[in-house]
Amino acid sequence: MEHILTTCVYCGCGCGVYLQVENNQVTGSLPSRNHPVSRNNLCVKGWQLHDFIHHPDRLTEPLMRKDGELVPVSWDEALDFTAKELTRIRDASNNKGLGVLSSAKCTNEENFLLQKFTRAVLKTNNIDHCARL
Amino acid sequence: MTNSINEIEEAEVILATGSNTSEAHPQIARRMMTAVDKGAKLLVIDPRRTRLTELADVHLQIQPGSDIPLMNGMMRIILDESLADRMFIEMRTENFEALQEMLNKIDLAEVERITGVPLAEIRKAAILYARARRAVICYCLGITQHVAGTKNVQTIANLAMLTGNVEKEFTGVDPLRGQNNVQGACDMGALPNVYPGYQKVDDIACREKFSKAWCTELDPAPGLTLLDMTHSGANGPMKGMFIMGENPVLSDPLLDKVEETLSNLEFLAVADIFLTETAQFAHVVFPAASFAEKGGTFTNTERRVQMVRPAIAPIADCRTDSEIISEISTRMGYPMSYESSTEIMEEIALLTPIYGGIIHQRLGGDKWGLQWPCPDQNHPGTPFLHKHYFTRGKGHFIPGEHTPPVEPPCEDFPFFLNTGRVYHHYHTGTMTRKSEALNRESNQALLQVHPDDAKRLQIREGDILCVASRRGAIQIPAQITHAVAPGSVYTSFHFSETPVNRLTIDTQDPIAKCPEYKVCAVRIEKAP
Repeated sequence: MEHILTTCVYCGCGCGVYLQVENNQVTGSLPSRNHPVSRNNLCVKGWQLHDFIHHPDRLTEPLMRKDGELVPVSWDEALDFTAKELTRIRDASNNKGLGVLSSAKCTNEENFLLQKFTRAVLKTNNIDHCARL
Repeated sequence: MTNSINEIEEAEVILATGSNTSEAHPQIARRMMTAVDKGAKLLVIDPRRTRLTELADVHLQIQPGSDIPLMNGMMRIILDESLADRMFIEMRTENFEALQEMLNKIDLAEVERITGVPLAEIRKAAILYARARRAVICYCLGITQHVAGTKNVQTIANLAMLTGNVEKEFTGVDPLRGQNNVQGACDMGALPNVYPGYQKVDDIACREKFSKAWCTELDPAPGLTLLDMTHSGANGPMKGMFIMGENPVLSDPLLDKVEETLSNLEFLAVADIFLTETAQFAHVVFPAASFAEKGGTFTNTERRVQMVRPAIAPIADCRTDSEIISEISTRMGYPMSYESSTEIMEEIALLTPIYGGIIHQRLGGDKWGLQWPCPDQNHPGTPFLHKHYFTRGKGHFIPGEHTPPVEPPCEDFPFFLNTGRVYHHYHTGTMTRKSEALNRESNQALLQVHPDDAKRLQIREGDILCVASRRGAIQIPAQITHAVAPGSVYTSFHFSETPVNRLTIDTQDPIAKCPEYKVCAVRIEKAP
């Protein structure tokens, strides 16, 4: 069994957690003994941190709405359609019609990239996240 | 936070206000309890009773939305008792005269009346806080989610500066950031008015710097905030949206308006790990990799930038959000090809002075991340802020007057409704409600009702209630408890079956744009 040290995704305390991995499955969560916040302790959510990773409801393939229904499509189709629609609305609205919500659950690197994409490519500062909620 | 989490253990006095710490920030509550064990005095300002108020030396059970009169009253008492830190005020602050003038006009009997707290209790708390050598104030959304949110925060700053309780170890003002990376998302400029590191989009020097780095023209006008976007409506400015890992259809106030906006968009793309309430409105849904399937960093509430490491490869056909963004960008004619999150962090460090010395290589090994500001690669990080001077130079007192909640109870809607979180669940429950163990502990929202009100309305534990505000109605089981004061009810927003944000008001603080989630007026009756 492998133990991978990472950071908890619940709340702003930021506990150091080891994910237990067996055969490419995350099977458990353990507190880091020496981490300054967790200090060998987790809250009830932290102990269950691994629970949703392999949940059967996880999205596993891109979906697109066709005839009102969300149906599986290839990555290329989903990405091409998204790029085309975003380009069309950006240009038709003179850079005013698009908005982006980033995420307080995603990493710094992903947030950086999404705001860069919004500003440099979508040409708008309409980007926010749920900091106030 | 101006302090680190562990500094709380060494405080002599802890003032917790607008924070249900043991439910929402368990590790910080643990520090508070350790401090209390060591003899610290715990002062709690909360309209409800919580685990923390049970441990408190003083519980100031205020009327909802009366934080400013309470703290102004405390400051007046501190002045009258000559407990203000005159040396600190003289050397490190400005505009004290304005604060003093306002405080001198205060009638303490009026404070007692507005807050509903006996003056003797207010006096006890004020004197304990002012006399402490090391005092921290921890506050959370109970302070900010009010129409007076910004003024509430300024009033907290006044209280800390008046007594010199800042700028030292174990002493400061600590906003507790709620979500795992809400601090980082703000730091990274996922906000309409600033680039990474709070560099303003309408500042020409900042804009030129980013424009040059990214080889493109940038819009000088600040963008729309979250609620301006999700409440845009059928005929508003929003025509298309891209939403990464957020669920406004449960988290935002006035949900009917959010649904109207999203269902009228020409195009909506959502990247998430589950088919959330929001994703169900989308034209395209991208299956994203979870935190266990990718690398990068989160920044916690004490500004500590820490590693997130991949434990497994992305499941099924999922991709990381970085890959999804890069692919779309490239297809729109702006190629992005980062080797890894490590390379993205190098770009962040180059453009963001507070993260200037933060690279992945420095965060691991025997280190537990780095706390910003960390301007260069030799800098050890900053455990507490404002040592020797405030970021802006001198601390500026901004006197705040009482601004009552916009929707007080009335004859038709006689109860205060307050909303918040429970220990076992997180935000809109997208992740925690997938856990059998957590669902076993808590699988529904309950409306907390005081026994006196329950008796009067003949409500019994578990009765299904219809709760209605001017904006909508939901049905929800009753929990009879002394946790709420008579005339107030409370519930959490984690559960899609009882979407309490159909009831909440969308009035916002005019500066911070936080909605007033903590106060609106409702009526309750047994469901037929």
